[in-house]
Amino acid sequence: MLRATLKSLLARKLRLVLSGLAVVLGVMFVAGAFVTTDTLGRTFDKLFAEGYSQVDVAVTAKPKVAVSEMEGEQILTPLPASLVDQVAAVPGVAKATGVISDDGARVIGSDGKVVTSYGPPRIGMNWVGTDDLMQMRSGRGPEKDNEIAVNEAVAKAAGIKVGDQVGVLTQLPKQTFTLVGVWGYTNDRDSIGGVQEVAFTTPQAQRSMLGKTGVFTQIYADSADGRTSEAVRDQIAARLGSDYEVKTGQQLADESSAEFKDALGFFNNILLGFAGVALFVGTFLILNTFSIIVAQRTRELALMRALGAGRRQVIGSVLVEAFVIGLVAAVLGLGAGVGVGALLVTLFGSMSGGLDPATVGVPMAAILSSLIVGVVVTVVAAVLPAVRASRISPIAAMQDVATPDRPLTKVTVTGAVIGAAGAALLGVGLYGNDSLWLILGGVLVTFIGVALLTPLISKPVVGALGRLFSWSVPGRLGRLNSGRNPRRTAITAAALMVGIALVTGVTVVIGSVKQSIATTAETTVKAEIVIGGDQNGPRPPVFDEAVLARAAAIPGVRAVGGVWNEQVLLDGERDYVTATDNLAKLADAFGSPPLPALKSDQMAVSTEVAAERGWAVGTVVKAQMPRGEEHRYTVVATYDEERVPGAIMLPKAATKEFGLTQPIVGFVRLADGATVSQVLPQVKALVADSPEVNATDRSSFVDQQLSTFDTVILMVQVLLGLAILIAVLGVINTLALSVLERTRELGLLRAVGLGRAQTMRMVTVEAVVISVFGALLGVVVGSGLGAAVVQALEGEGITELVFPWSQMAVYLGLAALVGVLAAVLPSIKAARLNVLAAIAHD
Amino acid sequence: MIGTKAARADDVWKVYGKEEARVVALRGVSASFERGKFTAIMGPSGSGKSTLMHCLAGLDTVTRGTVHIGGTEVTGLNDKALTKLRRDRVGFIFQQFNLLPTLTAAENIRLPLDIAGKKPDPQWWDTVIGTVGLGDRLNHRPSQLSGGQQQRVACARALMSRPDVIFADEPTGNLDSKAGAEILAFLRSSVLEHGQTIVMVTHDPVAASYTDRVVFLADGEIVAELENPTPESVLEQMKAGEVLV
Ligand SMILES: Nc1ncnc2c1ncn2[C@@H]1O[C@H](COP(=O)(O)OP(=O)(O)OP(=O)(O)O)[C@@H](O)[C@H]1O
Ligand SMILES: [Mg+2]
Repeated sequence: MLRATLKSLLARKLRLVLSGLAVVLGVMFVAGAFVTTDTLGRTFDKLFAEGYSQVDVAVTAKPKVAVSEMEGEQILTPLPASLVDQVAAVPGVAKATGVISDDGARVIGSDGKVVTSYGPPRIGMNWVGTDDLMQMRSGRGPEKDNEIAVNEAVAKAAGIKVGDQVGVLTQLPKQTFTLVGVWGYTNDRDSIGGVQEVAFTTPQAQRSMLGKTGVFTQIYADSADGRTSEAVRDQIAARLGSDYEVKTGQQLADESSAEFKDALGFFNNILLGFAGVALFVGTFLILNTFSIIVAQRTRELALMRALGAGRRQVIGSVLVEAFVIGLVAAVLGLGAGVGVGALLVTLFGSMSGGLDPATVGVPMAAILSSLIVGVVVTVVAAVLPAVRASRISPIAAMQDVATPDRPLTKVTVTGAVIGAAGAALLGVGLYGNDSLWLILGGVLVTFIGVALLTPLISKPVVGALGRLFSWSVPGRLGRLNSGRNPRRTAITAAALMVGIALVTGVTVVIGSVKQSIATTAETTVKAEIVIGGDQNGPRPPVFDEAVLARAAAIPGVRAVGGVWNEQVLLDGERDYVTATDNLAKLADAFGSPPLPALKSDQMAVSTEVAAERGWAVGTVVKAQMPRGEEHRYTVVATYDEERVPGAIMLPKAATKEFGLTQPIVGFVRLADGATVSQVLPQVKALVADSPEVNATDRSSFVDQQLSTFDTVILMVQVLLGLAILIAVLGVINTLALSVLERTRELGLLRAVGLGRAQTMRMVTVEAVVISVFGALLGVVVGSGLGAAVVQALEGEGITELVFPWSQMAVYLGLAALVGVLAAVLPSIKAARLNVLAAIAHD
Repeated sequence: MIGTKAARADDVWKVYGKEEARVVALRGVSASFERGKFTAIMGPSGSGKSTLMHCLAGLDTVTRGTVHIGGTEVTGLNDKALTKLRRDRVGFIFQQFNLLPTLTAAENIRLPLDIAGKKPDPQWWDTVIGTVGLGDRLNHRPSQLSGGQQQRVACARALMSRPDVIFADEPTGNLDSKAGAEILAFLRSSVLEHGQTIVMVTHDPVAASYTDRVVFLADGEIVAELENPTPESVLEQMKAGEVLV
């Protein structure tokens, strides 16, 4: 039996290549994700190990507000300079150095633009001399407060050299320094991991990065000869007490790396999610292929049964076939995945600028998951066809193999039940307990339900679609062919549906969110002009506070309000808070109902936050900013959350202890009669020297802020592209098999005078009808799912439902194109058939 | 004159395969088929009947020699011209699987005209449909028709475009004698009444007796001819042929 199976497997190798390819692509995605995250993980291990290799023991203050890598940027609490001497006095410490090293030093390049970074921080630090890794490339370290040195990565990116006057943005507004030195690192590297570094003198670093002198962010202690770092660490920790964190360089490297790996894990899960979609679609394809193969082998299988093979043996023979295909595909997919992983790592390395990727490795997880996923998906997809094969009666060997058109009732009822179950799951997930798993499961089950309903839907819809092509004979024949095997058409179309439905659904949700935000902004925000940069990064650009007052002084300006943001502990719980220079003015500028100007010990909160936290006017709230001591604020006003740019409002005084001590957004409202075109140029002029910040009219500002949503949609489209590609393979597969099955018919048609071009057109119409049907299903199902999610989000202020009509039209057009492309090979095959051989074919 | 012949083969050779696998299916066959005549091709199995017919119809290429349909030389035409020739000037009736399962009987009959983008002549349509006698079965699909009905549809299709010549390869081979007789009578009448030219391969002396002339093939060569055959004269000739072999 096994020999017979393997023989028939080889005989059908071409036919299996396509379904195998679906598994290969899906597995490639899985393996690629694991290889990428593993390699990047080791890259970061190496990076941090090296970065901290010069540190024996580091002392930092306990962060006042702990923030993880995923949630934003950890603001370091400053240490007093006196602590350096204390640490130096600890036995076993050879030397203690006060260090300032913090993100947020942005160099203005020779082209006048701020040097950007795609991930690595832009560190501002104090110059404490070179260590074993650093190498001076030219010049020297800064000695005066108006001098800086930068690493080679900054020098190259900014296009600056020793002797140049260089503008740097820090906590302070733009200041100009003389570049006196450029350094690099061992092994001819410009930076470690693409990190941009600007070194000031210690006092200047304190002013620029921390806003005051006499403080450091870290103290590095060198252990004396013969002492281990661990021993010294324990000594220092014992001396300083629990307000400080004392760690060895090794510990710091491990911790930093672990945080990055958390983020990578998240990234990995997203990739695996898309791999799951691709494999889900692949399942349809494999199911279809095996169904067709079983149907074509009816006689052979019946003969086996007649010769005494049991049902189990028949099932076994089909499953063994699936197992072999799955295994081969998984191995190929693993290989391809390693390639993709290597490519992604390289891409990531070059994009982040100077990240030196570790050698690509193949982790056990990649191997195991590839093999398991590949084999399990294939075998599971083959179960149904295998069972069907086992039901073939031995008598079928003697009969003509015309597969009877089984009624669709059972499939339709099952589909309706499963579809309803999926919708119910989705409903519970959306309205009940907000569980992402329930929502995803609901979507998945809904897809299966719709796929089962598809055969029934296919009859009228495919008929109607095909009518578009019925004006020509080949078109009509193609239309008739596409309606011939509703199950096969349905599964093929359903596979395409999944990818397109997900893309459409995501687009509906994001588009609706975007539109809702834009509409809210347009209707609630009265400020005509907004000052600010890209708010989407972890560290939004800031501008000089003085700009606010200068803007307010421009004729025709009614009110200006500035906004600062930070994560702050309020009564011990972390929350996003907003601070403003003058709440009364901000309310006026923004168009909120009148609010009082806050005194330095007062705060205002939205009614929603007040209800949630149990606060009311008069409540005293304890607030711990990332820096400084705890403060107490009395709630003096509550307001409607939608009408004010921030749910919790602190006074200006609080911003001194924020991570970013400068405003990130300014709202400018014009007086009656003043026009944007008059005022905007004057406001623009105020921020001309802050290249990351711009002044724009309200709607462009909103558009600019919402542009990230478009990036998300694009990413989803790209990642789902693979699922769609697999579905296209399915269309090719179905057509190729149909052409094969209808060889004699094609011969007959050719004999009675159908030309080659007409034959190709006939096959193409069938392909186009199937793909457009799939896309249509996808667009409809996706719109439904998207609308359901948007409906559920109504409470969150997502009140607009936006359907991306033009994109849907594009998907349908692309589907037609895909149909044409998918038909190329099968139609050539059909047209090339030898008429006589085709007629003789059986 | 070429014009009086519907189809003609001149010294046609057909060789399959090479070296040891070489099979000579036709060895210098010359034959012509007059307009408005019903001709039968007979001969033992493997004698080259189907091959000759396929070569005449432009379905297969000849190794040597020439074939004409009407005034057109078929040998040497490219695929496009051959397709057009099959569509407009030749009709086919095969032993089975003549019809497209997705089309109704009427649509099958109209298929070659549809492909050519022509409208059936309503009078001719009624005549053909009337003589095949399908009546209310016209809107049925092949799977709902009996074998005999299916063959009648195939005949109607072949007639509908009024081709120069209809080739039928054992059209009654799969039918019982009554259904077969109906088809043969129908083919006969289309020759007599409408001047259609038909070339038919058959094994059956009774079927051959419906024709005007029988050409006997053996081993790829024409060995005898018989005008105005009767079942008896055909049988006689077949027996004589067996003795010869
Ligand atoms: N495609 C082919 N390749 C090789 N040989 C072939 C091919 N087609 C036919 N032949 C050979 O050519 C010879 C004539 O075959 P043909 O089909 O014309 O016979 P026939 O007279 O129609 O027989 P039957 O009455 O059985 O239909 C046979 O010996 C056959 O084996
Ligand atoms: Mg034959």
